Amino acid sequence: MLAENTARKPLHRDVIRGLQNIVGASMVLHRPEDLLLYEYDGSVEKGRPGAVVFPTTTQEVSQVVRLAAQHDVPVIGRGAGTGLSGGALARTGGIMIAFARMNQILELDLENQRAVVQPGVVNYELTRAAEAGGLYFAPDPSSQKSCTIGGNVSENAGGPHTLAYGVTSNHVTALELVLPDGEICRVGSHHGDSVGYDLAGLFVGSEGTLALVTEITVKLLRKAESVKTLLAIFDRVDDASETVAEITARAITPAACEMLDGWTLRAVEDFIHAGFPLDSAAVLLIELEGLAEVVAAQVAAVEEVCGEHHAREVRVARDEQERELLWKGRKNAFGALGRIAPSNYVLDGVIPRSKIPQALRRIREIGERYNFKIGNIFHAGDGNLHPIVLFDPRDAGQYQRAIEASAEIIRYCVEIGGALTGEHGVGMEKSELMPLLFSDDDFELMRRIHDAFNPRSALNPGKIFPLNKGCGEITPRAQAAVRAVPL
Amino acid sequence: MNTTAISIAARLESALGADHVNGRSESCAKFGVDGVAPSLVARPASSAEVVEIVRFAKSEKLALIPCGRRTKLGIGMPPARYDIALDMTGLNQIAYYDPGDLTLSVDAGMSLTELADALAELKQFLPLAVPFFEECTVGGTIASNIGSSLRPGYGSARDFLLGAEFVNGAGTFTKSGGRVVKNVTGYDLHKLLIGSLGTLGAITRLNFRTFPLPEGYGHLVGAFSSVDSVVRFQAMVAKSPLSPSSFEILGPEAAQVVAGFQGGRDSALPSWFTHGAWHVCVEFEGVESVLRRYSAELVQYAEECGASKFYLLGKSDEKSLRVGLRELIKLLSSSGPAATIFRINTFPGFSADVAMLDALAARLSIPSCVFATSSGPLYFALQPDVLSDKTISSLAQIASGVFEYAAARNGSAFILFCPAALKHVINVWGPARNDAALMRCVKNAFDPENVFAPGRFVAGI
Repeated sequence: MLAENTARKPLHRDVIRGLQNIVGASMVLHRPEDLLLYEYDGSVEKGRPGAVVFPTTTQEVSQVVRLAAQHDVPVIGRGAGTGLSGGALARTGGIMIAFARMNQILELDLENQRAVVQPGVVNYELTRAAEAGGLYFAPDPSSQKSCTIGGNVSENAGGPHTLAYGVTSNHVTALELVLPDGEICRVGSHHGDSVGYDLAGLFVGSEGTLALVTEITVKLLRKAESVKTLLAIFDRVDDASETVAEITARAITPAACEMLDGWTLRAVEDFIHAGFPLDSAAVLLIELEGLAEVVAAQVAAVEEVCGEHHAREVRVARDEQERELLWKGRKNAFGALGRIAPSNYVLDGVIPRSKIPQALRRIREIGERYNFKIGNIFHAGDGNLHPIVLFDPRDAGQYQRAIEASAEIIRYCVEIGGALTGEHGVGMEKSELMPLLFSDDDFELMRRIHDAFNPRSALNPGKIFPLNKGCGEITPRAQAAVRAVPL
Repeated sequence: MNTTAISIAARLESALGADHVNGRSESCAKFGVDGVAPSLVARPASSAEVVEIVRFAKSEKLALIPCGRRTKLGIGMPPARYDIALDMTGLNQIAYYDPGDLTLSVDAGMSLTELADALAELKQFLPLAVPFFEECTVGGTIASNIGSSLRPGYGSARDFLLGAEFVNGAGTFTKSGGRVVKNVTGYDLHKLLIGSLGTLGAITRLNFRTFPLPEGYGHLVGAFSSVDSVVRFQAMVAKSPLSPSSFEILGPEAAQVVAGFQGGRDSALPSWFTHGAWHVCVEFEGVESVLRRYSAELVQYAEECGASKFYLLGKSDEKSLRVGLRELIKLLSSSGPAATIFRINTFPGFSADVAMLDALAARLSIPSCVFATSSGPLYFALQPDVLSDKTISSLAQIASGVFEYAAARNGSAFILFCPAALKHVINVWGPARNDAALMRCVKNAFDPENVFAPGRFVAGI
């Protein structure tokens, strides 16, 4: 069911030889057993490349892209492969450029709060490097200890703290790009302001469908003076979700506001021992940051709102160790769920924050109707839901129902004014749902932008745009309609 | 109107109704851009009518310029062609507002003040403290990407614009983004509209996240005898835990303009003003305890950096200072017949920048001033007494110097406002850029037949 293109023809040996000439024989993987690992990412999708190459310089990337163009083979960029939408999968085979060896921090400009990095730099490594200057890189996806900044840029990644500080695109000021014809160019500026259209704004989040990113200039933020982490414990899910809506409505902006429902937190607690109360219906993990005076006022306000919504208890983390433990529970939650079911499907819908209570009720009802346990662990403060549908992919019927239940949830998010994806990207996972949001005219313009930069779909084909345009359904194997490009 | 214009008017009238089309020359003159007037003004009342007009223009091969209240039409190059002014002020409603979610969807033609008033009723606001605030529209503010003095605290439009609806050059109604605060569904096309100067399409609606009005404000103005001490103060604040909402640096002459505005015609200059000094105006927000903390620390930093004077402003001075700072670009752009303002995008390595700019202006004996927002951009304004050929040639020389300097500093610069005559001599966008081909790709995708504002933008777009 999940297999898609495992029967692809291998790349022509001239292509393999050409790649070996560019990056060296040891930096090209092409035997089927070596490629297995690269047919997955963090999603439930699959797609095997014909070869994986590991360049170290922009020039090598450019040469690989030129070679691919000569042979009419698609090129797919890949960071750490932690993405959740199939963005880094070779949907139609081709050459995968893995950026693992382009992992240097090229410049740390602490004075101006900028860093220039290669795409393979791991997100958290940048924060560690900047720490000495009291700075950090704000986007913090759960996978931040393994995901790369190149991947963050391609998917416009978020994380818990984007509530206060914005997603990746808010932190990128310049990019070096390799276009599908191999040309190298730069957009944006070190400063951030530039003359002309905001091209950096366009390329961030374009999921590798317009160009390959080979160098990134990002903003670094100054660490807050004071941080308080609160754990608010509720006996009713409704109380927790109404608390979130009220915190937003009262215009208290926490740095992060995360929710875990009871079922999820029990699974997490069993694994991480973060100190989540096992008998609660939901908890909110709320982080407040800033000047000590600001934080003190906000803690009081949040405690008041929690109290008004019947929180059983509001704990304030006493020290950094306790704070880290709470966050460990949150950031490793998906891993913990892996212990319960063979596979899970993580959704990424976004809704207006005023509608969180009703959305959670609807998700529960959909779960009951499809006979699934659907957990909720999400960025409540942004209205970015992550319902998790657990299923066994070996059971075709179950897989199909999981997909249908998920589609129903996403459709509901859109109906109440939301969107398909808040931070995971469209990739190949949500492309068929795009017509829920976009009209033919919207697609037409997006397609013209795509074709202006990537006219032959040489870069990351089969992503973002629906293949079965107009149906508005997740047709799980719509992907089957994609045929391998002749190689 | 000539006969072609009459026939165009008649056909557009039959599509839109007579009251939406105006071909009188005095009306058209009001919509002129750098001395080029359109033959017609069309004022659509709905996005469907915008579609009609764009399709009409496309089929007739006419050029359109979308306009709001026309306060910033002087930005950019003169249009290569200009037939119809698309007056967007007929689209002027709040389409959706969820104060509980702090999100808003507003028609592009709505005036910024009306919007601000509506939001203030629910104690919210949009952090667009921009020049021409009293007269301009939301759409024009975004299309021009004119600088906001609240940028240090709230970021620029790209940080809080959530989505947009617009009619592109193919004459189709399209949208990008959405109304939710976090969204990566599809390409971020709305970001391209920011600062696009009407060259990609007619923006019909914009979605924003809104912000709570602060509990209170505080303002510190410090006077410094040298630009070096300003730089020290700026660095000290940047490295501190403080995050002011606004941080404006005024050269001595720029400070005088703000002080003169605040003092009004007859009254004395405000007490914060010190003749000949550099001034730094810091705005901060929050509850009482927070304001106290800011005041104490800013005063301490100012003292440590050798400020000759500093003032914590009272309520009465506060408002006029905020307006003066917000409107500084407007005041300078209307300060004389040949007023010219550069916007320079580099990290203010300030002392060197200022020395260089001063030298450029002094060499040609043109009065000038500089001012900057903490993290940039840096503005350089020239105020020649007369508009003459000699003035234009001096301005052109200065422009080459500024463009060269910005490029050498790994940045960029362009002319925000200047006399139209200067545009016949130099390109206000500066020298050719190496990303010009990519810009053209964007333009061609949005507006394949070059209907929108041809020739006004970067790279001849």
